[in-house]
Amino acid sequence: MSAFYPTMGLEIHAELLTKSKVFCTCSAEFGGTPNSRCCPVCSGMPGTLPVLNQKAVEYIIKAGYVMNCDISRFTKWDRKNYFYPDLPKAYQISQMPRPVCLAGTVKINVKGEEKVIRINRIHLEEDAGKLVHDEVNRISLADYNRCGIPLIEIVTEPDFHSSDEVIAFLEKIKLLLQYAGICDCKMEQGSIRCDVNISIAPKGSDELGTRTELKNLNSLKAIARAIEVEIERQEEVIESGERVIQETRRFNDALGETTAMRSKEDAHDYRYFPDPDIPPIIFTEEELEAIKNSIPELPEQRVERYVNSLGLKKADADIIVGDKRVCDFFDEATKSYDNPKAIANYIVGELTRRINLGEVDMDALKFTGADFARLVELLQTDKVSQSNAKIILGELVENGGSPDKIADEQDLWIKEDNDLLAKVVDEIIANNPKPVEQYKSGDQKVFGFFMGQANKALKGAASPKAIQDYLRKKLSE
Amino acid sequence: MDLTRAKIRDLRSALDEKKISAAELCGEYLKRIGEQDKNLLSYITVTKEKALSDAENAQKLIDAGKATALTGIPLAVKDNICTDGVKTTCSSRMLENFIPPYNATVIEKLNAEGYVLLGKASMDEFAMGGSTQTSAFAKTRNPYDLERVPGGSSGGSAAAVAASLAPAALGSDTGGSIRQPASFCGVTGIKPTYGRVSRYGLVAFASSLDQIGPIANDAHDCAILLNAICGHDRHDATSARVETPDFTAKLGQPIKGMKIALPKEFYSDAIDDCVKKSVMDAAHELEKQGAILVDCSMPGLKYAIPAYYLIACAEAASNLSRFDGIKYGYRGEGRTFGELIVDSRNKGFGEEVKRRILLGNYALSSGYYDAYYKKALALKQEIIKEYSEIFGQCDVILTPTAPTPAYKIGAQDNDPVKMYTADICTVTVNIAGLPGISTTCGYTENGLPIGMSIIGKRFDEQTILQCADAFEQGFSPVAPKL
Repeated sequence: MSAFYPTMGLEIHAELLTKSKVFCTCSAEFGGTPNSRCCPVCSGMPGTLPVLNQKAVEYIIKAGYVMNCDISRFTKWDRKNYFYPDLPKAYQISQMPRPVCLAGTVKINVKGEEKVIRINRIHLEEDAGKLVHDEVNRISLADYNRCGIPLIEIVTEPDFHSSDEVIAFLEKIKLLLQYAGICDCKMEQGSIRCDVNISIAPKGSDELGTRTELKNLNSLKAIARAIEVEIERQEEVIESGERVIQETRRFNDALGETTAMRSKEDAHDYRYFPDPDIPPIIFTEEELEAIKNSIPELPEQRVERYVNSLGLKKADADIIVGDKRVCDFFDEATKSYDNPKAIANYIVGELTRRINLGEVDMDALKFTGADFARLVELLQTDKVSQSNAKIILGELVENGGSPDKIADEQDLWIKEDNDLLAKVVDEIIANNPKPVEQYKSGDQKVFGFFMGQANKALKGAASPKAIQDYLRKKLSE
Repeated sequence: MDLTRAKIRDLRSALDEKKISAAELCGEYLKRIGEQDKNLLSYITVTKEKALSDAENAQKLIDAGKATALTGIPLAVKDNICTDGVKTTCSSRMLENFIPPYNATVIEKLNAEGYVLLGKASMDEFAMGGSTQTSAFAKTRNPYDLERVPGGSSGGSAAAVAASLAPAALGSDTGGSIRQPASFCGVTGIKPTYGRVSRYGLVAFASSLDQIGPIANDAHDCAILLNAICGHDRHDATSARVETPDFTAKLGQPIKGMKIALPKEFYSDAIDDCVKKSVMDAAHELEKQGAILVDCSMPGLKYAIPAYYLIACAEAASNLSRFDGIKYGYRGEGRTFGELIVDSRNKGFGEEVKRRILLGNYALSSGYYDAYYKKALALKQEIIKEYSEIFGQCDVILTPTAPTPAYKIGAQDNDPVKMYTADICTVTVNIAGLPGISTTCGYTENGLPIGMSIIGKRFDEQTILQCADAFEQGFSPVAPKL
């Protein structure tokens, strides 16, 4: 057992899902040919001026509400001055003393225990561009497409004491932001990024140790790993009689180690001051109320609705709500077939299995919720068998199409052909005198064997119920 | 046609009555520029071909009976106002070859009227200075005495109008940069209320103080030009959502009963006697027309210069950070980003610009912010308060525009504090965001123009134009002999 107790706080940057950038009308979409999504304003040409995107302001207020923050009635923007080639104006428009949101709370669940994480502040700012380093030609190229994409920065209090808590919090934030329609939270595209401030102190101590800031954390896995590695490093430093230096450290995922980037002494003096180009905003109660009321159903509310109104099991509801794309898909499916339990069962049993195996990409589905609902309906009404339903689902995943058409084309319907059923079952009974004897002497377990044989031979042409009925009748003769 | 001090409205009727074509008019001005600007150096770029094709297009509008106030009127534009496809240098090596791919909003508005761009007028580098001698390309001279400065920073615009190398021009004013050169060059210039004119496309010096405005031969022409460039602009969040009145509407109305405040601090020992006497004579002239002179006080004026230079330099330091040699403009050398940026800025900027960047960054640095920048903002509030007290009693305020007439080139070169102090009469108007107009009120024994400033309430340009016009009606300006 370690003699130290770690403490962590997070700084999370999330890109907002606005159509246009925060201070100009350029598209805020991810990617694009380098420098195809920038204009004189976001590339910092002389004389151009920023005009605040009202939608971005609306989104950050929503973010504040979903994290139970106080929304400032008066908010303003500041300039954070520093030189870097990816920052065309050489200052970032951000918020210093008057952020939009202050003092919030987010509940998390770690290993069955509930915990409240306090939010210090959330402010609105602009993203910087990207530098591409061409090592071969030894040049650096600047791509300004990302310049001016609206970002919110969520700063937590130092309320975390394990990587599990950090991961649980990030997963919760991701869901909240996704359900509120604020951010798509694609870590791999950088639409949500997290820096971790971390320190350790002797157990029982009231004081926090000297902290380091971890950067370059590109996945939840990397974050968990970086935290573990950094705690170990700090423990070793202290145990060897030295002191932890306040500095920014970069996590190297491949090597699994953190290395110093810059110390506190090298830190920039950002010379913050109020941006004279953007007038402060004063919100009215009516404006805030309208924004609050426009927040869509959040994850906890959805789980509650699924359990209480639709009769889903809590565990199933949690799984479905755990991925907003799956959840929206579920809602869509239930609109065309009013059997939420059956749809939920098939999503949890079949769809999520295939998602986890990497067979299904929810961002590039070839079929709709309605198609899926129809498949569940066919299954529920004994129009197709379980195994043929899986074949149809496979076809939907691969090529899309309608379940009915796929069943037609591949001859996957249950036919209710009594002659065929009788012929196949009679043959099985005739060929298996021993199990027949066993059954007749009271061994009910062998019934499963007959069902399996019949299913195999009929290839889904008869419903399980029809087979069962006929088998029971024949075996009892 | 004699273009000496020709007014926009005279040119308008000449064009409309077909006494001269737009191309001929433009050609006349280009000819004058060709003959005289080599001595005066008021233009950085003369857009000869564009001017003539602009004029051709304007003539079509005139012939079609679609002419508006400025159709076919040639104008000079200060070189910090972006013109699509035309070099916009800000008089700086940094932007020596910068050609913006967009127009400032004021240029779009002038284009919509069918104006003719004669060229880009010289200025102090990035509008920092009061002499146009910090220009990297054209250190403009005063048309009344080529040994003297034309004022600044819109010295090129003012000198061009004074020498009739343009009937009117656009300037910009951050701390007096329209009014002071107008006064030194014996013409009329107005700084509109902050927010009246869009700043989009004006290369920023100090964003909370900058404002574009006209320089012309008289208040009436200023009003005509102002009519064309005002209005809310969705590209500038600080542009005001207010009605644009007809700025010529109150011209000619009697000023009987108008209360004119004379704050005593503006008439201190820091102001030359000849200037004080000339402005006071003008005040009594207005009194004769029925205006009421009111003595008052503005104790906050003694803080005006430090407050102004702290705010202006802090904003400038940040505004000019974008000139890093990476995207456009002068690029120096270096093996790393840091070296490249340092070298570009070292070589691209002139001394005065660097001085103000240093001053601004110092004022914003951690540990100094509260002592300097924050205090300056508090002083700003005090100045606003004192103005509003005066405007509680009076309609306009009358002050000298500058402590002295135009001085000799080089006279203030080694004394930045003296140079900054010379802005004492104009900077508070920018700090408070008020409109102010400077017009000529007399001449020194040597024939140098002396200017007076009339300051108005927020968005009340109409009254200061009315007052300036009332004075001009009884005043005979003297054109420079070139």
